[in-house]
Amino acid sequence: MAEKLVRLEVIEPSGIFYSGDVAMIEYNTTVGEVGIYPDHIPMTQIIAPGILKITEQDGQKEAALLSGFVEISQDRVTILAESVEWPEEIDKKRAEEARIRAERRLSTEHEGGVDIQRAELALKKALIRLQLSERK
Amino acid sequence: MASMRDIKRRKESIQSTQQITKAMKLVSTVKLQRAKVRAEGAKPYFNKMYATVHSILEKSGNIDHQYLKHNGSDMKGVIVVTSNRGLAGGYNNNVVKLLADSGLSKDQVQVYGIGKKGVDGLAHRGYKIVADESDIINEPLFADAIIIGKTLLDAYSAGEIGEIYLAYTNFKNTVVHEPRLLKLLPIETEEVDEASKEMQSIGHKQDQGQPEEENSRKAAPMNYEPEAEEALDLLVPKYINSIIFGSFIEAVASENGARMQAMDAATSNAEEMISSLSLAYNRARQGAITQELTEIISGAEALN
Repeated sequence: MAEKLVRLEVIEPSGIFYSGDVAMIEYNTTVGEVGIYPDHIPMTQIIAPGILKITEQDGQKEAALLSGFVEISQDRVTILAESVEWPEEIDKKRAEEARIRAERRLSTEHEGGVDIQRAELALKKALIRLQLSERK
Repeated sequence: MASMRDIKRRKESIQSTQQITKAMKLVSTVKLQRAKVRAEGAKPYFNKMYATVHSILEKSGNIDHQYLKHNGSDMKGVIVVTSNRGLAGGYNNNVVKLLADSGLSKDQVQVYGIGKKGVDGLAHRGYKIVADESDIINEPLFADAIIIGKTLLDAYSAGEIGEIYLAYTNFKNTVVHEPRLLKLLPIETEEVDEASKEMQSIGHKQDQGQPEEENSRKAAPMNYEPEAEEALDLLVPKYINSIIFGSFIEAVASENGARMQAMDAATSNAEEMISSLSLAYNRARQGAITQELTEIISGAEALN
């Protein structure tokens, strides 16, 4: 018997990023990393920066998923991504620069919560982009 | 009566103007097509965004949340989306007029301007411009919408502004563009309804099968991770951003549509003027010939 599949749609503001039937989806949310199999209960989750792993019937795909949210319904999973990139789309130089900038900001600013938070988020995004672009 | 030379000069000047308006019309037609394709591509995102925010609001209608109730400030932040270039008929002026006629008091409005023409118009009318991000509208990116949305939400959270509005031009179809003033925050459920209609009008209407499918999917209760209230906190900014981005895209389409129409009208006006000037020119020419002939004949007669 064929493996059970779930319909996955990844939508970004400029259009549809990915659409297909998949066996499993993994990503990072604000409450931790999750993996979604077919027949999951309906749920809405908020994305935290991380790597989106799509397990298709024949192979696996990865993308940098940085912000957005996920809606899981009975027969499909929809990811509304504000920012999602395939490894080959990642601008390594820019990510590297962003990493350095964020680290610099973290080392100079000791007080004030908001800026630190922002810098940490930027750093996280940069690291994920770098990690993914190096792996390809 | 104007001399032949004057008429000819005038006609030539109108002809060269017509060439320009014709070219501008062609350019905006192409740009309009591109803008329409973009609007089409962006549509699934907005529909989904709306559906999700709406279902959360439905579920958690009565919760006490900063985005749902008024924060007490009288100031109103208004994002005004217009264009950087003129020659688009009433396109820019309509948005400016809409805000002027909206009943919002001038000294309570802080304008976040996008598009030079609108900013100029509002500054001239005495509105306070707090930010001018006119470069965005040339090639609007989602990242730009995020920045604008963030600026306004920060001001809202800090209590500097109590309401957020968005003034832009809704693109109904190629010939109908409608200036709209939309209240973004605090969210009222009816407003969300309104907004959804806006967003659904982007591009062409959806195929008919969709709504029923939506209904059947809504049957199962939705779980939220984190809890609905917290999710709202994170979703509303995204929702606002997506509406702002949507308004950019609609505005660009409307601008090009309006310009196309204006230039089309200008071209046909020029055509009309040229034909009436041609007539006048030919009459003047004929008149000159007749006069010359009369002079020659009467001169010859005088000799006899």
